[in-house]
Amino acid sequence: MGVAEREHASLEAGLDALELARGTRAFSLRRVVWAVLPKLAASAVVVLAWQVAIWLQLKPAYVLPAPADVAASLGDQTRAGHLAEALFTSIGHAAVGYGISLVLGTLIGILTARVRVVRASIGPILAGLQSLPSVAWVPFAVLFFGLYPSAIYFVVVMGALPSIANGVVSAYDRIPPLLLRVGRSLGARGFSLYRHVILPAAMPGYVAGLKQAWSFSWRSLMAAELIASSPQLGLGLGQLMDSGRALSDISLVIALVLVILVVGIMVDELIFAPLDRGIRHRRGLTTA
Amino acid sequence: MSLVLLPRAQPAPARLADVSAPAVSLEQISKVYGKGGEALLALEDVSLEVSKGEFVCLVGASGCGKSTLLSIIAGLDQPTSGRVHIDSRPALIFQEPALLPWLTVERNVELPMTLRRLARDERQHEVHRLLKMVRLEGFEKRRPHELSGGMRQRVAMARALAQNSDVLLMDEPFAALDAITRDLLHEDLTEIWEEAGITVIFVTHNVREAARLGDRIVLFSARPGKVAQTWWVDIPRPRRIETPEVGVLSQEITEELREEIKKHGRR
Repeated sequence: MGVAEREHASLEAGLDALELARGTRAFSLRRVVWAVLPKLAASAVVVLAWQVAIWLQLKPAYVLPAPADVAASLGDQTRAGHLAEALFTSIGHAAVGYGISLVLGTLIGILTARVRVVRASIGPILAGLQSLPSVAWVPFAVLFFGLYPSAIYFVVVMGALPSIANGVVSAYDRIPPLLLRVGRSLGARGFSLYRHVILPAAMPGYVAGLKQAWSFSWRSLMAAELIASSPQLGLGLGQLMDSGRALSDISLVIALVLVILVVGIMVDELIFAPLDRGIRHRRGLTTA
Repeated sequence: MSLVLLPRAQPAPARLADVSAPAVSLEQISKVYGKGGEALLALEDVSLEVSKGEFVCLVGASGCGKSTLLSIIAGLDQPTSGRVHIDSRPALIFQEPALLPWLTVERNVELPMTLRRLARDERQHEVHRLLKMVRLEGFEKRRPHELSGGMRQRVAMARALAQNSDVLLMDEPFAALDAITRDLLHEDLTEIWEEAGITVIFVTHNVREAARLGDRIVLFSARPGKVAQTWWVDIPRPRRIETPEVGVLSQEITEELREEIKKHGRR
């Protein structure tokens, strides 16, 4: 190796080391604590404020129950097995509805993105459907399908499908043209261009749509369950809450609001948020 | 380091152009954008023969159609009239490294070979060889966003070489890099070109870069893009950006380029 070349190699190595982005942070207990602690603290503040309102006797107990009463109600429902049954029913409904939305929404999204006539015709409708509250579909679904699970699934699908389809369309539209050019110049054509460039490039936008669709489907499901109840529909969280309202059991109602909130957060935090974060992190789209 | 075949201490022997069969031959290429009164003649009657193993630089002002010509050679764009003769699909390097951000360095380099359906161990062997060539051993598992601009462009070079094409087209590949990095990449590119024996067509607006790298420099006039003048560069290699002859030549070309640009003001 000549002098000039050794100089060149070491200069290059030096530059590489200088310019390299800093390595990714490893998993640490500290980070987990920092992720969980603020949430716990915020919850504690809310519960404390609530308890203070009880001590001050701002409202009678049948309007505003104490945190302890709500916890007791939750305990009763758990022991009676109602909570587990309602959770099982509701999550089952949500999963089926979401699954249908996933398949149909992805297909409709691909058609809308790729076929000009479809885009011109149903593109605006999809965008509009997203702003239509899916609770508006409940009366129609009940009349059309009757009080059967299919009515519930319909409402969930109308809530979640537009998010997924719109996610596909906007993900497709946001693929950088340069990557398509690169793919073609590397020899990717037709199916291989899809497999190696278009699908992976559209992934972050698609996952963002999936994440949003989950919150829409959970919301729609609760609206449907609160309004529609019958033995065929089973006992979901919404129906259980409606029975609490009928019995003026405010503790039960509040307990169920909290359960619905926690389920929504858990599914998002345990499934969609890590998926979304992982994809963006691998591509350097995150700041942290 | 074994990747350099030519001893660096003495000038590289002149590479004799193989006149029998050019690597790329362009016959009266014209390109018109739009129609009617709006039509823009981007390229007019461009004929160019590039010999096997030659390093040709196309220089010209922005908008002179040199990038359009490169896209036509690459087959990504069709000429309005004229013909392109080229044996195999050329590899193309852009100004941006344009790596696929979801793939690691080694997967990016492997992709063209996956698309050619090469066997797995053959691919891995090639990836290793190419990354060594661009001095990126040890960075196989990194993702593009974890690399510097110069390193990304080296990955892009390795990926282009993985296409196993005889012709490498480069569209202002170093324009976005800082001077020191660009200088290093000039040397990397020269080494790769000498070792792989490929034909390079290099588009740049940086005249000095062209004089540093090329066997031949073709100056384009703008609107319509035409070949204005050609220089055969006999400055012995190794050259450096600060080599006096490189400076003299680039000064001469710059003056011609200025004359070409001035013509447009008079119209």
